[in-house]
Amino acid sequence: MFNTLGVVVEIAQALLALAVAPLLVGLIRWVKARLQNRRGAPVWQPYAELRKLFGKDTIVSSNASWIFRAAPFVVFGSTVVVALLVPVFVTPLPFNQVADLFALVYLLLLGTFALALGGLDPGSAFGGMGASREMTIASLSEPAIALAMLSLALGAGSTNLGEIAARTIAHPTDALSPGHILAFAALFIVMLAETGRLPVDNPATHLELTMIHEAMVLEYSGPALALVEWASWLKLTVFLTLAANLFVPWGLATSLAAGAIAMAVAATVAKLVVLAIGLAVFETRVAKLRLFRVPELLAVSFVLGLLAVTSSFSLR
Amino acid sequence: MKLFQKIRRVGIVTEPLPEGGLDAITIVRPIDARARRLLGRSVGIRQVDAGSCNGCELEISGLAGPTYDLERFGLHFVASPRHADLLLVTGPVTRNMEVPLRKTYEATPDPKLVVAVGDCARDCGVFAGSYAVVGNVASVVPVDVVVSGCPPSPADILRAILVAIGRLDLPVASAPPAGVSPAGQADAL
Amino acid sequence: MTAAFALPLFWLMVAGYAIASAGLVMPTRRLVRMAVAIGSVAGGAGGLALACLVLWTDASLTIEAPAVLAAAGGWLVHLDRLGALFLALVSGVAIPVGLYAIAYMRSYEGRYSTRWMAFTFGAFLLSMSLVTVAANAVTFLLCWELMAVSSFFLVVTEHDRQASVDAGLWYLAMTHAGLLALMAAFFLLGSGSADGSGATFAALRSSAGLLPSETRAAIFLLALLGCGSKAGMVPFHVWLPRAHPAAPSHVSALMSAVMVKLGIYGLLRIGLDLLGGGPAWWGTLLIILGAASALTGVLYALVADDLKELLAYSTVENVGLVLLGVGAGFLFLSLGQPEAAMLALSAALLHLINHAAFKGALFLSAGSIVHATGTRDINLLGGLITRMPWTATTLLAGSMSIAALPPLNGFVSEWLLFQSFLPGVASSRASIAGLLTLGVGALALTGGLAAATFVKAFGVTCLAIPRSPGAAHAHESPGPMLAGMALLAAACPLLALATIPTLTTITGALAGVAGLPSIAPALHVGVTLRTPTGMATMSPVAVAMVLVAVVAGTWIVLRLIARRPVHVGDTWGCGRIGQSPRMEYTSTAFAEPLRRVFDQLYRPVDDTAVGVVRPESPYYIESMTYQTTIHPWFQRVLYEPVVQGVERVATWTRALQSGSVNAYVGYIVFVLVILLAWVIGF
Repeated sequence: MFNTLGVVVEIAQALLALAVAPLLVGLIRWVKARLQNRRGAPVWQPYAELRKLFGKDTIVSSNASWIFRAAPFVVFGSTVVVALLVPVFVTPLPFNQVADLFALVYLLLLGTFALALGGLDPGSAFGGMGASREMTIASLSEPAIALAMLSLALGAGSTNLGEIAARTIAHPTDALSPGHILAFAALFIVMLAETGRLPVDNPATHLELTMIHEAMVLEYSGPALALVEWASWLKLTVFLTLAANLFVPWGLATSLAAGAIAMAVAATVAKLVVLAIGLAVFETRVAKLRLFRVPELLAVSFVLGLLAVTSSFSLR
Repeated sequence: MKLFQKIRRVGIVTEPLPEGGLDAITIVRPIDARARRLLGRSVGIRQVDAGSCNGCELEISGLAGPTYDLERFGLHFVASPRHADLLLVTGPVTRNMEVPLRKTYEATPDPKLVVAVGDCARDCGVFAGSYAVVGNVASVVPVDVVVSGCPPSPADILRAILVAIGRLDLPVASAPPAGVSPAGQADAL
Repeated sequence: MTAAFALPLFWLMVAGYAIASAGLVMPTRRLVRMAVAIGSVAGGAGGLALACLVLWTDASLTIEAPAVLAAAGGWLVHLDRLGALFLALVSGVAIPVGLYAIAYMRSYEGRYSTRWMAFTFGAFLLSMSLVTVAANAVTFLLCWELMAVSSFFLVVTEHDRQASVDAGLWYLAMTHAGLLALMAAFFLLGSGSADGSGATFAALRSSAGLLPSETRAAIFLLALLGCGSKAGMVPFHVWLPRAHPAAPSHVSALMSAVMVKLGIYGLLRIGLDLLGGGPAWWGTLLIILGAASALTGVLYALVADDLKELLAYSTVENVGLVLLGVGAGFLFLSLGQPEAAMLALSAALLHLINHAAFKGALFLSAGSIVHATGTRDINLLGGLITRMPWTATTLLAGSMSIAALPPLNGFVSEWLLFQSFLPGVASSRASIAGLLTLGVGALALTGGLAAATFVKAFGVTCLAIPRSPGAAHAHESPGPMLAGMALLAAACPLLALATIPTLTTITGALAGVAGLPSIAPALHVGVTLRTPTGMATMSPVAVAMVLVAVVAGTWIVLRLIARRPVHVGDTWGCGRIGQSPRMEYTSTAFAEPLRRVFDQLYRPVDDTAVGVVRPESPYYIESMTYQTTIHPWFQRVLYEPVVQGVERVATWTRALQSGSVNAYVGYIVFVLVILLAWVIGF
């Protein structure tokens, strides 16, 4: 499907994911605010934040080098490339043959790597602490992601995302198999760790000693900060889309017909809204974990992934 | 589940911001038009305690709670002055906090606004003339809006911030007071 | 016609390395350095051309000299494709290292003999190249030993430092233990054939099939011991983190990038080529040892504060990854899945080649940093990105590649390693599926920890503010050193883009070996990698292009629509007055969370001591010292008892050396009586 229309749809899909990401985060914040018994900011508030940040000046530390200036572009760019990979509305698309789930994980790792270096560059203690903690969490969540994806790939016979989604569409009963459910649980925990949500990291905290992701970006300002924030929102959107469209892929368009795409847009938006509300309720319920309890949580996720692989093996 | 039952029982407690109460607010200098234009809908606030007794801090912490809920106006507190657009300064500026306050101001990218909260920030309050105090906030960093009160109520502080970003208008233009240092303070304790 | 070039290229290679060794007799120091450089580059070029000739055409090379060492079987050189792959590796790395040495050897002049260094350097390169072309047991073993001895002398170059001498002793002891194992392996191999002089690889290959399975198992284990210790496989790796930091950096680069790979070559040659593969437990053992090596290597690299020790442990990790692939290959061969085996072995060899490129770049950059700042301790470095921009860039390129980040070459080979495990996970046998699932988990954990390690290695070394005067006064290295580093660093993205041709060459080299398909399966469609069994596709070129396009596009769009002024200010530090290097994160601090997570393995010894106390009161403490040491686990549990046991036996037998002549005469008489009794008795 390397035709021009496919490529255009692919790029449009990624841009749409980019445009929808702030809305999704705004929805999560709104639901959390309502659950905190207050009115909260309107759902489109993140757009206002981005607009404001793009108009602000930038202050760069005198100790920082080109790494600090380049890191926001690398993290934003790598997350957009991941958005090109994920089946948001249509599957399979041209880029699907060029990269698969493992490439996706390593592209996200590229963003984390760049951000960690950007945190170390100005030489502040907060940046170093954030970089150290972020790399700890990222490295310990790798085996869990790998096994969760392995169980998905085993069912589909391939690690390419399009094949996995197509397989679940073709065999609907697979969605309720223990392997799938366990893989979903493992991926959910990993998503919390990778996107910096409670109980791993509180995105709204101001206490530096409790920060993981925020500590790395304390030094960024202006448009660079806008890119970094947008990239983290896009990362959350990508993970939610993966959860939605790999485990519950009905509604995904398998052709480029206008009707199918329209239905796919509606279906994906509905799934994302449900997942966002679910995430907000979950975050309200749990408390943040101590930093050195997080490896235990990730170990649980690893065991869930291992069980997912063994169950899909034994049920074959 | 009991948590969610309790949430449902309590419901939304945010009160609408009452009208009036604008006498405590003074605009010190004309607010930068670029700041007004850019910061209308989303403002990051960095709170700086320049030696205050924490009475103002207690009132400010009420702003983030459900009753006053500053987030509904697009305001939110940020963790670093690099992310901030507005500095909320309390306290008579003590000697030890003079340089940190100035550094915080310099670390905030343009366009930025400064709102001085409380009588101490306005003119050193009850600490005027003390050996530990350098001067009011306006003598250290350029101030845009001042809220009087000891401490001012959260509603007043909220109104002051909204005035600063142009979401609320003052009825009459007030004369800006000059910067006051401890030596020139008229009232003695 | 092209085959006619093979012999002249071979002699060019030998002559080149001989010129490098001839630095021993050069009259001036500058000529010594020039000899090393010209010799390495010429020899490397010759070797590389010869290897490419053999890999891409039908040419081959055979040189016989039966008169030399006739009693042991004569000298035999035969270059086939498998050997040519490794010869290309040796020669390819020799060229940038030779360039680097022109300027780097300057720092050794005056204190140590650069002539001896040149001589052993040339011998080292020559012996490594000859190992890859050896075609009978005696040639192989002779060149193997020459390689070990020449590298030993290079490791102990700084002979006035106790640490270097210790490192050299450990290295010498372990490499000779390995040599004994290899000799035993070849002896057992040759026992299958009728006459002992037919120890050529061809003869051994044909007679190996007749050996009983116990002998084959013994040969495999002995080869694993000998070659595995050379490769740095756990638990025989303990020489590596001592020897590689002690050696001069260009030698460390050669040792890490090339010499340990020759251990893998020996394993493939004996286990795969000569023995033709074996039962499933061979592959299983390799996978387990590979996973152990990968995890051990990366975990100790994470907490290493010495830059070169970090890189040495990282070599152990990558050798573990290669062994994971090799083990999977052996396993699939024994299960009768030759295509899956081909994929696994190709992935392992691709990773081997990629590792040579980025580890070489990393070690050369580390050498440049040590040369400029005078210290190897990461906690004393910092801020080098402004003082040594080119070195920092090559260090970054190497770090990103080894952390397996797209679009560089480490990512491609790790992707391929993952994919090669999938057919095994999908297997119907529970034990295989379970083993390979855990292998995937180990692979993923290693990748994540390696990324964390190299954020530390690059970030703390090059970014922020210098932590010591040595780092603050560092200046960029001279041109030849930069040229050597740049060549290897540029090879990283180039190898990623050229994955398909490299992979085709590798599968061509493996075709026909043991049970592997003689027509190499296509692992690609156009510019997309495609696994034959798993239906996974990935295109390194496309990923690289899209990534670069999106990042560049973002930058361009931002310049166009949101050009805001940029001001320079202080780092935000909560309003504190100044910023000193003491406020930055150190390397120890960076690794601390992970050290805590794995502290059952590390068992660090923490020591806090009160330093200076004010006289007014014992509670008024002015300074404290905190020291933390990690003794590597294998060292403590496996080697220390052995060393202590040897010392105990030696002390006990010292009682025999009483110094009394009467006792010695008594010993002689005693032994004579015993021998006479034995001879008379039989």
